[in-house]
Amino acid sequence: MDLRALLDRPTEAERMAVDDLLGPSEPFDGRVAYGGHEARGQRQMLLPALHAVQDAVGSVSRGALGYISDRLTVPPAEAYGVATFYSLFNTDQPGRTTIHVCDDIVCSQYGAEDLIQALEGSELSWERSPCLGQCERAPAVMFHHPGQGYGNAAPVDSDAVGNAVFDELPPSVVHQDQSQLRLLRRIGRVDPASLQAYRESGGYEALTSAIELGPDGVISALDESGLKGRGGAAFPIGIKWRGVADAPGRDKYVIANGDESEPGTFKDRLLMEGDPFAVVEAMTIFGYATGSTKGYIYVRGEYPTAEKRLGEAIVMATDAGLLGTDVAGAGFEFDLEVRRGAGAYICGEETALFASIEGYRGEPRQKPPFPTQHGVFGKPTGINNIETLLATLEVIAGGAGEFARVGTEQSTGPKLFCVSGAVEKPGVFEVPFGTTLGEILALAGGVRGGLGLSAVLLGGAAGVFVDSGSLDMPLTFEDTQAAGATLGSGAVIVFDENCDFGPVLRRIARFFRDESCGQCVPCRIGTVRQSETLARLGDGETLGTVADELERLDDLARVMTDASICGLGQTAASAIQSAIRLRLRGAPA
Amino acid sequence: MTMTEREMSTITAQVNGEVVTVPEGSTILEACRRVGLDLPTLCYGPTMSAANACRVCVVELEGSRALVPSCSRKLEEGMEIRTGTERAEHSRRLVLELLGSASELDRSGDQLDSWIEDAGAEPSRFGPKAATVATAPKIEDDLYVRDYGRCILCYRCVDACGVEHQNTFAIAVAGRGFEAHISTEFDVALPDSACVYCGNCIAVCPTGALVGKVEFDMRENDTWDESRQDVTRTVCSYCGVGCNLDLHTQDEKIVKVTSPHDHDVTLGNLCIKGRFGQSYVSSGRDG
Repeated sequence: MDLRALLDRPTEAERMAVDDLLGPSEPFDGRVAYGGHEARGQRQMLLPALHAVQDAVGSVSRGALGYISDRLTVPPAEAYGVATFYSLFNTDQPGRTTIHVCDDIVCSQYGAEDLIQALEGSELSWERSPCLGQCERAPAVMFHHPGQGYGNAAPVDSDAVGNAVFDELPPSVVHQDQSQLRLLRRIGRVDPASLQAYRESGGYEALTSAIELGPDGVISALDESGLKGRGGAAFPIGIKWRGVADAPGRDKYVIANGDESEPGTFKDRLLMEGDPFAVVEAMTIFGYATGSTKGYIYVRGEYPTAEKRLGEAIVMATDAGLLGTDVAGAGFEFDLEVRRGAGAYICGEETALFASIEGYRGEPRQKPPFPTQHGVFGKPTGINNIETLLATLEVIAGGAGEFARVGTEQSTGPKLFCVSGAVEKPGVFEVPFGTTLGEILALAGGVRGGLGLSAVLLGGAAGVFVDSGSLDMPLTFEDTQAAGATLGSGAVIVFDENCDFGPVLRRIARFFRDESCGQCVPCRIGTVRQSETLARLGDGETLGTVADELERLDDLARVMTDASICGLGQTAASAIQSAIRLRLRGAPA
Repeated sequence: MTMTEREMSTITAQVNGEVVTVPEGSTILEACRRVGLDLPTLCYGPTMSAANACRVCVVELEGSRALVPSCSRKLEEGMEIRTGTERAEHSRRLVLELLGSASELDRSGDQLDSWIEDAGAEPSRFGPKAATVATAPKIEDDLYVRDYGRCILCYRCVDACGVEHQNTFAIAVAGRGFEAHISTEFDVALPDSACVYCGNCIAVCPTGALVGKVEFDMRENDTWDESRQDVTRTVCSYCGVGCNLDLHTQDEKIVKVTSPHDHDVTLGNLCIKGRFGQSYVSSGRDG
């Protein structure tokens, strides 16, 4: 290929940030070897390299992008395309402290606009942000001090945000009694920075059992357990793992999908922050059972604490011989690496996540071929949600039969729900599948302030609104599906009787407009038209009658659902259409 | 396996109830064409692998929740495909309406016009305030113009510049969502980018967003008239490769140079000399 470098040179700080990651550039030895197969094979370092300069100086300048392109033999136009895909990379402003204010579904109900008002009058650099996954303590912000790092703060008030001074964020709290917990049992109780504490609390018992069972035994146990994926698609895990194990070829990968970005969803953050060794252990078993020697944990860029804890856990596990060339003395090889997203909801879609790891724009691709055959780097790949991975530990350590006794026949085991919005005690709750929506609201203390309930948004922005008529609905894959709803990501966002859903729906529409990757027409343009139509309805400036506008919304919903490449476009109208059907207050009617 | 055996490897499926047998590896679109059905395509060009982005070619596949893109989905044994269902036609109409509401399509050719008409698509139904990709044409030299207000983001130019044809990688998709657009690094002007001015992006652009400067100027001045143009096939005189050229002439002047897409030497591609270096033919004629 013809590469033409940008003429701008990096600053010393930018060059050092890249060299710290990639190693010093080769000293000139009189021989010119530019690029080559080896350098091009480093494409997958593009995202980490962009992070390195953004972290250090708060921006990705022309000089920095040129230097990265040069080091990795990536065409500068492509590197620019990747950098501008992610919202956390700043390619057009000088780097400085920046505050990302969540104004998404939950935070917008609890003071986000006050924060934005305080910032509008200040000299600070700030941006509106989609959900930051701190919904149990809205309103939330993420801040970035170049050279020092990212942090979250929640709940924050106008004074704190106006001065850009934030208290250290305490770990999330689990409200339930220990006896009710399996997946959450270590959260807030076992030191997440100590491998010893993890082992003393039953950690690595599952790996021991897995090695006794052998790869095939592990997968059979998963089959027997009836475990289905918790990421939204409810795919049987045993089938998925066997698909990877049986795929021909030597190079295979396993991935933990920690790109939790669905508005109202924060369970995986609790698990990664509060029980990182469990993620590492589950991934080790995933690799062992499928014959993969390399795994990635992809953590969304808005979860700096989770990324740090997982990185530390990997180092400690490696030092203890629990990762590496001979895991636990059992003669198999497995290594893990954390990859950090950079602000793109779409990268939670598995094929987009692969592209992101590979150093390309996070654009999904058509399936088939499926990841078990053709995944990251074109190799067979197993990918599971964080909660699913922790559930596999329960299956393997506790036994498939024991696991399947919890829940219902078709939805086995415990399930996490992220309850936020208008409840007394927002948080993550662990219940057996089959617990009703009403029971979960009761666990969270009921509707805040003793008010009545107007609706619950199940599954986040990509989910479905249900009203008080659904309080007796058991939350299982089969019951929600039969009711035309979805469990989705496990988000349960509660709205009280005073809620005006007009702004909520417009925010949801903007979310999809902002987060569409832009690849396919139904989603790229459809999400914009949906957003425009809701804005017109909100302003009372309809094109034709309200009925005409509703017909337009319906047409857009159909084309996005029917013809989009991936789940983002296919669900971009779901919540809005359900609100219209339920005639929620403020929804177009 | 001998060649004959490989050729015997076929897939049998149904398109609109009609049984069709095609070689293994064929797409649904190829199977549709086999039974005489042609479907609209925008991002899929004859010399390129499917970008799978425009979704205008979607069809219904029995058992599939969503519609599937016929240009890229491989035909599988026993598939039942339906092309003319209400659902498929609804998506086709909406895709054309969405495209027409966001981009200027008046230089996209008669074929697109007829698809829009056949589908009953009304791009204006999203109102006069609908967001568009309108932007001033980028005129940076005398060779070609990038008129991105006509861009539908089909990825064909990016793929032609990159892995599919030229391997130059001067342009890529930058930004995200509706703000996604074709760009050089930091939007630097083409002469400062890796562009080698082969113009192979122009050759694959379906909407006239990428266009030779001569054609652009004539269209702006309303003097472009394809009904008065002749196309003369010849061989490029610059080097020994032997690229076929189609010289488009109007009023005895070369106004555009292309190469046939089905030519097995060029696949429609040329170099800067072949595509842009023919004006010497008429030099001095105008005095």
